Amino acid sequence: MILTESESEKWKKINKSKEERPKVQEYKNWEELSPIPVSLPIKGSMGETGDWRTFRPVIKEGCTKCGICWMYCPEGVIERKEDGSFEIDLNYCKGCGICAKECPTNNIEMIRESNIEDG
Amino acid sequence: MVENTKDFIQNEENIIIKGNVAAAYAAKSARVQVISAYPITPQTTVVEKLSEFVDNGLMPGTQYIKVESEHSVLASIIGASQAGTRTFTATSGQGLFYMHEMVHWATGTRLPIVMAIASRGPAPPWNIWADFTDVLSQRDTGWMTAFASSHQEIYDEILMSYKVCEDPEILLPKFVAYGGFILSHTSKPVIVEDQDKVDSYLPPLPDEKGWPHIWVDPKRPMMFGNLIMPSGFYQEFRLKIHDAHMNAKAKIIEATKEFSKIFGRNYGNGLVQEYKMSDSDVGVIIYGDLALQMEDAVDQVRDEGYKVGMVKLRHFRPFPTEDIINISKKVSLLGVVDRATAFGSLTGGPVSCEVKSALHDVEGSAVILPIINGLGGREVTLEQQKEQLRTLVILNETGEAPEHIIHGTYWDGLLEVK
Repeated sequence: MILTESESEKWKKINKSKEERPKVQEYKNWEELSPIPVSLPIKGSMGETGDWRTFRPVIKEGCTKCGICWMYCPEGVIERKEDGSFEIDLNYCKGCGICAKECPTNNIEMIRESNIEDG
Repeated sequence: MVENTKDFIQNEENIIIKGNVAAAYAAKSARVQVISAYPITPQTTVVEKLSEFVDNGLMPGTQYIKVESEHSVLASIIGASQAGTRTFTATSGQGLFYMHEMVHWATGTRLPIVMAIASRGPAPPWNIWADFTDVLSQRDTGWMTAFASSHQEIYDEILMSYKVCEDPEILLPKFVAYGGFILSHTSKPVIVEDQDKVDSYLPPLPDEKGWPHIWVDPKRPMMFGNLIMPSGFYQEFRLKIHDAHMNAKAKIIEATKEFSKIFGRNYGNGLVQEYKMSDSDVGVIIYGDLALQMEDAVDQVRDEGYKVGMVKLRHFRPFPTEDIINISKKVSLLGVVDRATAFGSLTGGPVSCEVKSALHDVEGSAVILPIINGLGGREVTLEQQKEQLRTLVILNETGEAPEHIIHGTYWDGLLEVK
């Protein structure tokens, strides 16, 4: 695909590497836009989606560190810590409950947010 | 240049194939890289022929994806096109309706997908025969829409479509529609061009970077067409699609001109093709397979001494407003023949609605008589088309309107039991 000079200039903004790319792209008007919205996926690009949660997954004692919850989490918000145990990022966990459903030892409990006393 | 499209086929080497097979040959000539398809009457033989080509190694490197539904057809084609390949598929009527969600998606992601439509009437009552309501009902999806009126034009228009769709300033998908069974399942001589010639006409296949607006790099995943807030640029992206359509008119004219230079076949300016309009008193605007027969009707009614002409509408989207305005000033009465319906709108047919609105407030433009005929594949005979032309002549000369004008539209060929 051969691009005219102005066309390739237009798309250079998109094709910059992640490091070079400005966090917020500014366009003066519709003519300067690229034809489609393109964005690099970054953590929390849609805000703190943990706000959507009704039930909170809580990892109980007795977790065997098998990693199945980590593998199944559709949002990628379960992280493996250095000691091999897992932590759920509650800022972004939407509370779907897939981890609790898949846990082979039933060590994740879904607790209604309103029943949790946050310290 | 020959004015009559039927004269193309003389004195050239050609093969005798069905309209659907012509569509398959066009995909082969265009070196399509990914085909995804689900069979539906009357489109089935397009994808059967393509699977035969792929299976026999005649399309080396082409992926043929078998899926479980039309919705998945277009979803997989969108994925393939997004990854930077030239893609092709085909469908008909109900299959197109099942795709509808993805039809919008293909426009929003600005992918140069080309889809052949062997048009058929929407059910119920169940119908599989020629009727353009299927493709015309996709009017506002943002796909470009072209009609082919002959077997050769199916082949040619698909090639021209890739040229326009893949232009970096356009990047839009396109339908190429032709009447189910009437063109799809009849056999006619078609010139299948040399591969070298086609390669010299079409833009090169996309490289590993894909299309210019999509950066494909598995090491650096990106999101395409993700959620955009009302305060974001949604409205502006929509305006860009409309802008691309408006710019596509000039690109279609350019692509058609270049096509006729290389291949020697002339399709008017690409948007419309006039036939004996220069000295006409009345004319018809007509599209699809009926346009081919109308050329004969025009010739024969001219032999009777009436100055009639016709305009073949080649593109519905983008709509050739400027051409229609120019044509409307040449004659005093224009019949607009639809083989499709637009219930509850300005007139009974979608194209006559467009023509009427194009001529709104145009001084000295022709009076429009919307005509609907041939719905659901009902035969429209040569005699019937000649009678339509004579009716227009009488209406123009005496003001005497035909019978069967219902809600302002002339419904020609209604059944009557006597």
